[in-house]
Amino acid sequence: MVNGILDRENVDAVLNDLDEYAVEEALRIAEAHGGNEEGGSNTITVISMGPERATEAVRKALSMGVNDAILVSDPKLAGADALATSAVLAAVIQKGGFDLVICGTESTDARMSVVPAMLAERLNAAQLTFASKVEVDPAASKVSITRVTEAGVDEMHANFPCVISVVEKINEPRYPSFKGIMAAKKKTIENRDLAAVGVSAEAAWSVVADSTPRPARAAGIKVVDDGTAGDQLVAFLAEKKLI
Amino acid sequence: MSNVLILADFIGAKPTKTNAELATLGARIGDVTAVVLAPVGQGPAYAAGINRGPLSKIVVVESDSFTTNGVAAVADVLAQVIAAQSPAAVLIASHAFGKEVAARTAVKSGSGIITDAVDVSADITATQLVFGGSTTVHSKVSHGTPIITIRPNSVDANTAESTPAVETLSLAVSDSSNKATVTSTQPPVQGDRPELTEANIVVSGGRGTNGDFSAVENFADSLGAAVGASRAATDAGWYPHSYQVGQTGKSVSPQLYVANGISGAIQHRAGMQTSKTIVVVNKDPEAPLFEIADFGVVGDLFAVLPKATEGVKARKS
Repeated sequence: MVNGILDRENVDAVLNDLDEYAVEEALRIAEAHGGNEEGGSNTITVISMGPERATEAVRKALSMGVNDAILVSDPKLAGADALATSAVLAAVIQKGGFDLVICGTESTDARMSVVPAMLAERLNAAQLTFASKVEVDPAASKVSITRVTEAGVDEMHANFPCVISVVEKINEPRYPSFKGIMAAKKKTIENRDLAAVGVSAEAAWSVVADSTPRPARAAGIKVVDDGTAGDQLVAFLAEKKLI
Repeated sequence: MSNVLILADFIGAKPTKTNAELATLGARIGDVTAVVLAPVGQGPAYAAGINRGPLSKIVVVESDSFTTNGVAAVADVLAQVIAAQSPAAVLIASHAFGKEVAARTAVKSGSGIITDAVDVSADITATQLVFGGSTTVHSKVSHGTPIITIRPNSVDANTAESTPAVETLSLAVSDSSNKATVTSTQPPVQGDRPELTEANIVVSGGRGTNGDFSAVENFADSLGAAVGASRAATDAGWYPHSYQVGQTGKSVSPQLYVANGISGAIQHRAGMQTSKTIVVVNKDPEAPLFEIADFGVVGDLFAVLPKATEGVKARKS
């Protein structure tokens, strides 16, 4: 399985408005296989798409130890859906070249459960998502993961290049050290707009017709247990035909 | 009449009840064709399990790649079926696997995607509940074939038996979709309990259990319910992380949600507040979750739940 990959730098791309689990996993992979500091055999680039306030999150990734950063922001990306987001990210990643792309799955933004799969499709890379454990064997260009979803636990593997998403709790993200924070100040964040990325994606392929706040749920019956609350609960469930 | 594809949903070889829900929604739009993707030689057996709800037709594709290569292989073939049949819409179950299949299929077929819908109308407008269920959003796909993932338990399914015609298609998974290999699969460890996101009833426990889930589990079993846990409980290692309900865990929307010893942080609410009926048991009368409880008990879950468990058992016997 020896190919050109060992001879060039391993490049990890890390995505998302700072998913610290993904950043930490990338750092751990790099540290276990030749490091990513000067003279190391890996480079980790954090890529984020969002308004310029994402700079702060990207700066944190740099202070944790990531090598460099690309921040894509463009007013035209306001309201971008997962398809547009993945198209932009894929274009950036493709241009830089990569062995591994590592994304988080923890996000308050529901899009993230589909963006890694879209990236794998767009980048023609192996999809290793929902990983609770990642093992990389650079000599064989091979990645093995444990995938955890509601459908069970899978053991999976693939050769580089791969798109990996890691679940929450896969690791304990480090705090940036003082040295890291100082070093991050010297690192550059490259800003790109859509023209620089070279994508003219429509912001979204689905359109919202309307959105309305739902009426707040009102509290119903509240009883204080006097020894009969269990029975009252059963009576309530029976009345609601839930048992 | 237009044709709607649903991707038949299985856990292992077992069809899920989500299939009838997908068919019910699909039938509002047109004739429903279920796409059954099965290991080689098992197409007929898999197809035989898809027999509930308003189905017009089943198309079966057999390949071992669906098991060994997972999401990419399934999306590859589904996109081929879409290209061949030009359906009006494609409906897929909204769990991790289904959403990833939808994601890749959307890219392959140049189509828009809507995930986590709770309803779909005849004109293919999808309803989603966003911001933790506090806002209702209606949206439509504006490009390509609408690919919509549907949250389990969102619709009252028509579960009448149907006898759709079965057609076997011979489609091959392309090599580019065989890059990742699944070497082993273990089903979720849940014993005889239903799957959390699919269950009609969820009984969950939090900090108030102090790590003892026996009362919660016994009550769940009396109701035939799934067991869930708050983040406080999973963080403490009292219950596996995969059972966590909330913003960073599973979103559930059962007929009945019973929260025990859970104070109700906004993150927990986000994962359960679309439940039809909410019951809260908590010693603390100030627990915020009482604000959205249809039935609240201020009391010790270790006293209340055993009594309620007995009561349910007595009614069922």
